[in-house]
Amino acid sequence: MVQLKINQKKYEIEADKSMPLLWALRDKVGLNGTKFGCGVAQCGACTVHVDGEAVRSCVTPISAVEGKEITTIEGLSPDLSHPLQQAWIAEDVPQCGYCQSGQIMSAAVLLKHNDQPTDEDINDVMTGNICRCGTYNRIRRAIHQAAKTVRKQKEDNS
Amino acid sequence: MRIINGMTRRSFLKTSAAVLGGLVIGFQLPSSGRRIEAKSKWASADIANAFLRIDEDGSITIMVNHSEMGQGVYTSLPMIVAEELDCDWNDVRIEPAPVNMVYSHTTFGSQMTGGSSSVWTEWERLRLVGATGKAMLIAAAAKTWEVAAESCRAENSVVYHDASKRQLTYGQLTKQASQMSTPKQVSLKDPKDFKIIGTPVKRLDTPEKTNGQAVFGIDVNLPGMLTAVVRRSPVFGGKVKSFSADKAKAIKGVQSVIQISSGVAVIADDFWTAKIGAQAVEIVWDEGPDANLSTQQQSEQYAALANTPGAVARKKGNITTAMDVSAKKLEAVYEVPYLAHAPMEPLNCVADVRKDGCDVWTGTQLQTAEHATAKAITGLPAEKVKIHTTLLGGGFGRRAVPDCHFVSEAVQISKAIQKPVKVVWTREDDIQGGWYRPRYYHKLSAGINDDKKPIAWKHTIVGQSITAGTPFEAFMVRHGVDVTSVEGAENLPYAIPNVLVDLHSPRHKVPVLWWRAVGGTHNAFAVECFLDEVAHAAGKDPYEFRRELLASEPRHLKALELAISKSNWGKPLPKGHGRGLAVHSCFGSFVAQVAEVSVSKEGKVKVHNVVCAVDCGPIVNPNTIDAQIEGGIAFGLAAALHGEVTLKNGRAEQSNFYDYKVLRMDEMPKVETHIVPSTDKMGGIGEVAVPPIAPAVVNAIFDATGKRVRQLPISSEDLRS
Amino acid sequence: MTNTPKNSGFARVGIVAAAWLLIVVVTNLVMAEQKQSTSKEDISSAAFLKVYKVLQHPRCMNCHPAGHIPLQGDNSVAHNMRVKGGKDGKGIPGMKCMTCHQTQNVTGKRTPPGAPNWHLPHPDMPLVFQGKTPAELAKQLKDPKTNGNKTLEQILHHVSHDPLVLWGWKPGEGRTAPSISHKEFVKQMKIWIDNGAVVPK
Repeated sequence: MVQLKINQKKYEIEADKSMPLLWALRDKVGLNGTKFGCGVAQCGACTVHVDGEAVRSCVTPISAVEGKEITTIEGLSPDLSHPLQQAWIAEDVPQCGYCQSGQIMSAAVLLKHNDQPTDEDINDVMTGNICRCGTYNRIRRAIHQAAKTVRKQKEDNS
Repeated sequence: MRIINGMTRRSFLKTSAAVLGGLVIGFQLPSSGRRIEAKSKWASADIANAFLRIDEDGSITIMVNHSEMGQGVYTSLPMIVAEELDCDWNDVRIEPAPVNMVYSHTTFGSQMTGGSSSVWTEWERLRLVGATGKAMLIAAAAKTWEVAAESCRAENSVVYHDASKRQLTYGQLTKQASQMSTPKQVSLKDPKDFKIIGTPVKRLDTPEKTNGQAVFGIDVNLPGMLTAVVRRSPVFGGKVKSFSADKAKAIKGVQSVIQISSGVAVIADDFWTAKIGAQAVEIVWDEGPDANLSTQQQSEQYAALANTPGAVARKKGNITTAMDVSAKKLEAVYEVPYLAHAPMEPLNCVADVRKDGCDVWTGTQLQTAEHATAKAITGLPAEKVKIHTTLLGGGFGRRAVPDCHFVSEAVQISKAIQKPVKVVWTREDDIQGGWYRPRYYHKLSAGINDDKKPIAWKHTIVGQSITAGTPFEAFMVRHGVDVTSVEGAENLPYAIPNVLVDLHSPRHKVPVLWWRAVGGTHNAFAVECFLDEVAHAAGKDPYEFRRELLASEPRHLKALELAISKSNWGKPLPKGHGRGLAVHSCFGSFVAQVAEVSVSKEGKVKVHNVVCAVDCGPIVNPNTIDAQIEGGIAFGLAAALHGEVTLKNGRAEQSNFYDYKVLRMDEMPKVETHIVPSTDKMGGIGEVAVPPIAPAVVNAIFDATGKRVRQLPISSEDLRS
Repeated sequence: MTNTPKNSGFARVGIVAAAWLLIVVVTNLVMAEQKQSTSKEDISSAAFLKVYKVLQHPRCMNCHPAGHIPLQGDNSVAHNMRVKGGKDGKGIPGMKCMTCHQTQNVTGKRTPPGAPNWHLPHPDMPLVFQGKTPAELAKQLKDPKTNGNKTLEQILHHVSHDPLVLWGWKPGEGRTAPSISHKEFVKQMKIWIDNGAVVPK
């Protein structure tokens, strides 16, 4: 039995401690927004946040995240209001859409630490997330767009 | 939520059945001809025959009979209906169509998605659906107001009678409309009056694809469902000789281990346990006749075949004489490897086989075939077998398998264990599991006369047939030539008087399949690169050379000239940079691309930007055109730079994204898309940008370095300076 | 008391320890003999060459690359997805080392290897192994200005106890370990230091 805190809610997971977080989320908790793409931390589709850091849940045993704050795409915002989600919609980023949860979760950590990312900064983080449909240019535009929103929000608040 | 997805549909159907009060329009399309019959019905058991349903709350549901795999059909197809219906776009919802003959592809005869054909094949039918709906709503209003239908007009889901300043919404009219007789003839809009078609409409499925709510096949969960992982033969064509499941069964959570047609299935409480369990099964394989097959061996075999005459795909003039009289002759060999599709969502299928029925939930491109497969395995009557199409996490052809293996496995397992089961492929299963774009060997020769004009073109192609041995063979293989092997080569558009294109189709146990853009993925590479070689040999600019040879091909020419005019063709470039060009026509569309690349000292190729011009005829959603051009370029570039499955001892040597590399963000070029304004015949868009990118890049590499790449993926080793 | 597996385990440890002691004693005797016949400088130099071989092994060199991008695999190719060490050697927010590398190796073929605090050297002092000659590497290791402000004692302590260093000898399925044992590696490092930390010629 492993206790996990996911999107502010507590869950008791009946599984072997070596089970990757991805499968606990999908098969035990029923949160399907986090995707399986490769199982070996190569594609980024399974990206979630653990204590605010981007983590590939497909290679993270549940034993390693006990007691930590886990956030999945479902917990990023209750209403599509995160600047990245807004930008994703404005730029019409997704095609098949399968990789986009992971793309957004990676980008969210990037934006939190860097609200004025250059193209190179974006490459440094987003190169870890594969999109086979080739939405990369739109992802880039959406991140720039969301960064603008974040900067404006900060200005308005100061 | 504007996509009524697989998981919410059951409850939706219940609700709509209870509502019982709206216009439902279906169209029967006799398979023998193009005559289209409209009929209207009350919402009822016949709901399956509907393309359009208008409920009293004003919501407009459009059934989409093509699978959404990223190419945007869940938006572009409803746009066509909405345009003629004159409804408010915000009222539109879509629902994936169930399997029914009425939803069959208007050209290919069965319910399927492929060949970049969804929009152009549904164009006529869906316009009629919308126009019929509008005519009936107007008729209903006219009857209510006791005025002539001609004095009414419809706009944004409202029917107006301007003279009396009366209006009724579609929701208010739907019940009445459903009782009107179906008009025998309806008029379609003049394209200049289009309000939705031709505008960049945003996708309906974007919101749910940005918050994790979108339901793909892998996300389907049924009560009591188990998960299975299947061990398939590591050697293509191999079979299970014997196996021991003791170690797997000892793992907590493993429920059963059974043999199915493709291998051994381990069924467990969850995917992780099934995967661990599958690895624990000890299997002795009968490796079959291809146990020693290797890439090296294939290459030698193909080279030998290319020196012998093949089945003739195209013959024009006299190639032998023309070669003899040529002032200059060129010969080259081009080779491309097997390619996996590697869609981001690994293959999967949920099947629930019961005594009284069978439900299958999956992202498929071939609904009719999957239905027939499930029916055959279960022995149930057709109406008891239901295929629920989910969103596809990428298709690229991989979810259009003629033998229906991923559905077949799930149905076999569910039938055996009498429980719902979800079969999930690992990425390793996907990369090593075959169904590749075939490996091809191209031998080309050309002759140029004293006027520097090409007078002879010989092209021998060697590679496995995709359709041989499938139901598609009957209409895709003619006189020993599989059209999918030669498309893009036999229809060479260049005005060369003597042409011979022939084909060898060696057989191997490695299963092969259509891979986004199919024949064009290798033929455009061979043809467009070799043509560049011929242009240089003739001492001509590759653009001028093509322009002259395409003088009587107006659509090729327009795309070519637009791409050139938008690129800086002929203008100076930074040192180490080069520009390359390619033109290609497939799926009824015409594409030209100009790529700018640089090559580092280490031989690493960087593609900086691609200017793409496309003529795909009249356009429904320009937003889709942009997205598909970008996507096609990314897909083709992944193959040009990285993609390769090699064989050793009959096994694939690659297994996951660390050795089957795909394009990542840092390698994505800037893409500029320019659309040729066109009223010509409508063509496809989902695949058409793939073929030209590899030759455009390779031709640009030649421009930058003077080195001619003739093998994909491009090797840095060969380009080191 | 019954002979529980635990007890037999203790017995095994005892035998192994005794054997090890014997080896150490014998080795020291041999070394002492060598000492008489070779100069301190030669001994130090010879020990460093053994250390050098380990430092050039992919398990060590891959995270001490010449550029910003770590290497991976037994063929030491540039790390897939071109990850970077960032400002602190631990990656860039959104793609840190720990985004993929756990604190221990995890189940499965070709999953990312893991050890506590997976990281690259700090970018201000990159401590490059890749492409260095023995002399260059020895110089770099000795100099606090290039070795992370460490004394030689601290270096020895680092290679003896740092879990990331120790991981090199437990790299998980599909990865080779250096050809000499960790113990031997530490021993050679100590010999190098004790005999003057000579920069080999």
